[in-house]
Amino acid sequence: MFEETVYLDNSAGTRLDERVLEAMRPYFFDTYAVATSEFGYSMGIEAREALDRARATLAARLGAAQAEEFIFTSGGTESSNMALKGVALALGEKKGKHIITSRIEDFPVLNTAAALGRQGFRVTVLEVDGDGFVDPQAVDKAISSDTILASIQHANQEIGTIQDIDAIARICRGKGVLLHIDATHSFGRVALDVGSTPVDLVTVSGHTIHGPKGVGGLYLRSGTPLAKWMDGGFQEFNHRAGPEDIPSAVGFAAAAELMTDEESDLLGGLRDHLLSRALAEIPHTSLNGHRTKRLPQNGNITFHYVEGESITLQLDMRGFAVSTGSACFSKSLEASHVILGIGGDHERAHGSVRFSLGRYNTKQDVDGVIDAIAEVVGELRAISPLTPDDTKG
Amino acid sequence: MAFPYSEKVLEHFRHPRNVGKIEDADGKSTEGSPACGDMVAVYIKVDDEKKVIDDIKFESYGCASNIATGSIITEMAKGKTLGEAKKITWKEASEELGGLPPVKAHCSVLAVEGLRSAIRDYEERHGLIEERVPTTVEIITKRLRHVMNPLRGLDIVRTNLIKDIKFEDGVVTIVADLPPDHQFASVIKTDIAEKIEPLWDVHQVEVEFTG
Repeated sequence: MFEETVYLDNSAGTRLDERVLEAMRPYFFDTYAVATSEFGYSMGIEAREALDRARATLAARLGAAQAEEFIFTSGGTESSNMALKGVALALGEKKGKHIITSRIEDFPVLNTAAALGRQGFRVTVLEVDGDGFVDPQAVDKAISSDTILASIQHANQEIGTIQDIDAIARICRGKGVLLHIDATHSFGRVALDVGSTPVDLVTVSGHTIHGPKGVGGLYLRSGTPLAKWMDGGFQEFNHRAGPEDIPSAVGFAAAAELMTDEESDLLGGLRDHLLSRALAEIPHTSLNGHRTKRLPQNGNITFHYVEGESITLQLDMRGFAVSTGSACFSKSLEASHVILGIGGDHERAHGSVRFSLGRYNTKQDVDGVIDAIAEVVGELRAISPLTPDDTKG
Repeated sequence: MAFPYSEKVLEHFRHPRNVGKIEDADGKSTEGSPACGDMVAVYIKVDDEKKVIDDIKFESYGCASNIATGSIITEMAKGKTLGEAKKITWKEASEELGGLPPVKAHCSVLAVEGLRSAIRDYEERHGLIEERVPTTVEIITKRLRHVMNPLRGLDIVRTNLIKDIKFEDGVVTIVADLPPDHQFASVIKTDIAEKIEPLWDVHQVEVEFTG
């Protein structure tokens, strides 16, 4: 049904790679037992070995010293909840109740921080600059004696801005504050090595890397205090109760192995082509985010004088799937907190369109969407009372 | 395809009728603001004898519901008397379109309000408001409910932006709780003036910002 759709919303979720499905298949029908200890039966032992291999692959991908530092979860949302609530529960009474985050974090971090705020934690939400950068010095200044954790994203979900995590990590480490980074959108696309960058917790997810949806992980540096907040069995080194989802874990690892620098460079080239064509050929447009320090798969542009839901619906009818920061597009009817966070007004959020690229996109797709959007924006501007007369044409 | 909109909404969205400006309009209005994400401008030409809407055009900055409602309302109002056109409701416009998602009511109601405001604008300009009710703070407040607070996407009265309203000797003085150098101060001031100035016994509108 959607064969003809040009899908450019890969940051929301990606198409599964067939090779990932093949890797997963045996764990649905052949080795379908849950993981058992080495004293269990053969099928359970084999399942555990598959889980261990998947864990080792993902841990290595992040540069972890030990495979045991990687905990499987049900996705990025759970990982970020686990990181923030786990540290807060472990250190809140012992060390302090202050947490630092930024204004443009994705909802799992932002709303978990807010939930902790309602439970008596003090939350500092740092502002970002016009490109979406958190100033590492601002993190430094925000730290006080009761600060237990900072949670700053690696790269932004909407505008793709890549933070100077190295600098932020060094500041936090220097002051004895734990650092969690949400790497949901950067994992596999932007290099991260926890061996050289002193972060303590890292959120990753399968759905952004052509892996299965509903599986994620949390890198937890050995020795990091983390209270268990979901009770049950003793799986995942007693950090996460419940039987492991072996097929998904195997699929997640297979997907991670298929992510290459070559592919990221290729997508970066497509992104540059998309941005330069759109900004040069369509008048009254603004780039959201930094031109180069951004995810290779992300482009985000505001088309002034028009509203995003109208753009996305018109594009959908022409066979292109993109998303917008407009209030009208969201279930909550709230404009993008990221565009507002970088100092944009509501009009800039309403007219913003995110293009996020993936493995199956081509130059033809990019040219197609730019041609289509030029037409759509032209039509919508022709009926907009905000359009300056010289642009109506 | 599982669009949340009826075929007719999509049809009007893709091919809106009666779009554009009427340069020498007899009545015009704008409802909403860029900040709240939806804005509609309505222009009418009126047959002064028969009080019939001869021509009507609209412009829209907004989502699909907003555009489609603007389009349908112009079709419904064209050829109707001012009295008939004034009575068109959001519900009728929505039914004519085959239904709109309830969550989109606030985007589409703007077009209906836009039509009514354009008619009122015509009536005020032509001295057709029969009972010349003296302006009161209540009347001013009612009109201010049509001015959006861009910070919140809701009107300036509901969001407690208005601290005081005075009306003396034809001069309206409105005190808004916003710094004078705020990015939205001038937009709000223009919007307020547009809504209050047409009142027959108002000669001047002053907006003071104290934030």
